[in-house]
Amino acid sequence: MTKYTDQGKQDTRSGFGAGMTELGRTNPNVVALCADLVGSLKIQTFIDENPERFFQVGIAEANMMGIAAGLTIGGKIPFTGTFANFSTGRVYDQIRQSIAYSDKNVKICASHAGLTLGEDGATHQILEDIGMMKMLPGMTVINPCDFNQTKAATMAIAEHEGPVYLRFGRPKVANFTPVDQKFEIGKALMLSEGTDVTIIATGHLVWESLIAAENLEKQGISAEVINIHTIKPLDDEAILASVKKTGCVVTAEEHNYLGGLGESVSRVLASHHPAPQEFVATQDTFGESGTPDQLMEKYGLNNKAIAEAVLKVLKRK
Amino acid sequence: MPNTQELQDLVIQVRRDILRMVHKVNSGHPGGSLGCTEFLVALYNEIMELKDGFDMDGRGEDLFFLSNGHISPVFYSVLARRGYFSVDELNTFRLIDSRLQGHPTTHEGLPGVRIASGSLGQGMSVAIGASLAKKLNGDDHLVYSLHGDGELQEGQNWEAIMYAAGNKVDNLIATIDRNGQQIDGGTEDVLPLGDVSEKFRVFGWDVLEIENGNDLNQVITGLKEAKSRTGKGKPVCVVMTTEMGNGVDFMMHTHAWHGKAPSDEQLETALAQNPETLGDY
Repeated sequence: MTKYTDQGKQDTRSGFGAGMTELGRTNPNVVALCADLVGSLKIQTFIDENPERFFQVGIAEANMMGIAAGLTIGGKIPFTGTFANFSTGRVYDQIRQSIAYSDKNVKICASHAGLTLGEDGATHQILEDIGMMKMLPGMTVINPCDFNQTKAATMAIAEHEGPVYLRFGRPKVANFTPVDQKFEIGKALMLSEGTDVTIIATGHLVWESLIAAENLEKQGISAEVINIHTIKPLDDEAILASVKKTGCVVTAEEHNYLGGLGESVSRVLASHHPAPQEFVATQDTFGESGTPDQLMEKYGLNNKAIAEAVLKVLKRK
Repeated sequence: MPNTQELQDLVIQVRRDILRMVHKVNSGHPGGSLGCTEFLVALYNEIMELKDGFDMDGRGEDLFFLSNGHISPVFYSVLARRGYFSVDELNTFRLIDSRLQGHPTTHEGLPGVRIASGSLGQGMSVAIGASLAKKLNGDDHLVYSLHGDGELQEGQNWEAIMYAAGNKVDNLIATIDRNGQQIDGGTEDVLPLGDVSEKFRVFGWDVLEIENGNDLNQVITGLKEAKSRTGKGKPVCVVMTTEMGNGVDFMMHTHAWHGKAPSDEQLETALAQNPETLGDY
């Protein structure tokens, strides 16, 4: 297996921006909309190079979702950009009726997801967005793990026909996946093979899972790490193949344990191969102000928490 | 002038369709549908430039978006009688396995419908998006939309109204059905809308009024005037006064028929006031 190393810390939102720059140069149908957060979404290059294909809607996310839906009528591929909270909870009904139910080819791109938004606090830290989005029929839900993967995902979703929710974050984190990777929607990625336990992670928690696996190895525990960048459609086969081998699973995500990746994995296991599972996720709570590292430590979303969950689940095998 | 007799016959027939559709399933929204019959008949048969057949992209033709989706009966009838689908299909309105859902949707692939509506206040944003796509595509056709007046209580409209003026979306004609009624009563009692025309004007729209939206000639003249005002840097708003339940005496001057179907006896009375013209489905 490839040994993953950090190629230098970068934010996933910049991966999105880099993907948009590429799309601006290669796909004339791609258009971008933003609700007064151009700097945060890192799309200035796209705007500079394609001013006629950028729509600044102001602080009006509901209108942004509707305009995006309308732009698809005429063949455009709109990418909306704002924080994850304002991309989902604030505009759920607009997404539900004008985009998902109307089957519009809109890409909802959401930055600053989860606790790692940091100091702004709970009003801005959404931990429910994966749940809301995965419940919408026809919606694809993607949560890439680093800069390179977010860039690849941004480019891949332009080729996918149908609504997509693309979730990424604010802080600079390890960039460890290949720079020229091909992103395949719905395909889980095996990062590290193991035999004792399966760790299924998404987003920022993937890198933490790799660190946890390395530390567990020193204790003689062989952990398999799977990167689930696509939460819906979920790669059931990859999950089942791994858990059939290891017999237990830890899921890890920067999201509420209600409605997140963990519950999706539970559904697959309950239907096909029941196995003990532990959830590394927030425990039905709002976040608070703090640095990203402090918050991930306090709410149990780092490699230490993952390793502890592994020890716990192993006892239940 | 167009052959208004043919259009007037169509208006009567569409009224009959609306009444029979909601009566059959004992549900649906006849009041607003009857109030907007002249508007939709004129729009689809006299005003809009339409291609034959239907494709979602709608390039090279005018587009229409119904924001107040509950008046689906009039929309379906006008679409069917314009040839988008068979008028016999009006028989399936609100029934299980039908393409004619309670509120319009693209989900079942009904030709003529480009967006789901029903949850109010979303249509103007969608219409703006479609207008922007037309500009990007170099397509000089127009986008029309219809909104209930009560629907303006939804905040998203005002985001959209601000956007369209600020960004010179001047290939859009948004019509407000000013019938003054909503489910719980008169609009001015439920939540006053005040001077709708003035509100649009101060937001930067070019506004014109149709005093009697149930007078076919006034509707046609008004919409033609609206059309002539497009392409001049401002979105165009038509504030159209209508009578809910128009054409059926006991359904007029009340909000009672917003979402209520007539009984057998009431249907008979209503149909007698609108004798068959082009043939029932």
